[in-house]
Amino acid sequence: MDTGVIHYILAALVVLSVLGILVTRNLLYAAFLLVLTFLGVAGLFVLAQADFVAVTQLMIYIGGVLILLVFGIMLTNRVAGQPILTQLNRTVLGVLFSVALFTSIVYLSQGFHSTEAVVVPHAIQRLGMAILTDYFILFEIVGVVLLVALVGAATIARFKGEGHG
Amino acid sequence: MGNSIYLLLSAFVFSAGVALVLTRQNVIAVLIGVELVFNAANINFVYFNALYPERLDGQFFTLVVITIAAAETALALAIILKLYRTYHTTNLDEISNLVEE
Repeated sequence: MDTGVIHYILAALVVLSVLGILVTRNLLYAAFLLVLTFLGVAGLFVLAQADFVAVTQLMIYIGGVLILLVFGIMLTNRVAGQPILTQLNRTVLGVLFSVALFTSIVYLSQGFHSTEAVVVPHAIQRLGMAILTDYFILFEIVGVVLLVALVGAATIARFKGEGHG
Repeated sequence: MGNSIYLLLSAFVFSAGVALVLTRQNVIAVLIGVELVFNAANINFVYFNALYPERLDGQFFTLVVITIAAAETALALAIILKLYRTYHTTNLDEISNLVEE
């Protein structure tokens, strides 16, 4: 089956959901549309021979980051029964700036033609070997950074008694 | 078509993320914009890795970016909870004091 069509379908999914996030002022709608965006991006990763990255994207973004975002929305809004809206400001300036940004990125990135996708066998096996050999230091450092960040987050967010700051 | 669909999509997602960061007043909406920017970077990494399939730098850096994004979100939400307890709002324009009043 021609994968070109699937590329366009997934890209359309991402574009439409991102446009939805841009248009809606409801935070929960934005969070749920973000699920569609991440799903589409994960599909595009699969088509670009990055299966492991796609699965990681699904597990960490949809399973972790989005849950955290929804928790954050729920915990910072005590109103029940009405939609959680965000205020806008600098709308014209922001949209103008990002349109200019988009135009200039597209202009500057001209000339990169998509080549024929080459399927390299055992990509996940090679990635695993590379993580534990070539990129081992980086892998360990990222692990430590994640641990420190999570401990720090728990420390910052915990309820403190009076007098402890 | 001069551009790859991946590059176009990445530019679009990046610009949308920047627009969200610039125009929204709620902290969590700004955080959603930052996530979109991260994803745009990841799309680029994976795309350029696919152009050179014998190397795996792009995929590995995508994994690193995803990990850092998870850590960033956890920290940001902890700070947001703290801000909400202090200021009773998540509106960025109302959070402007360094010192408790």
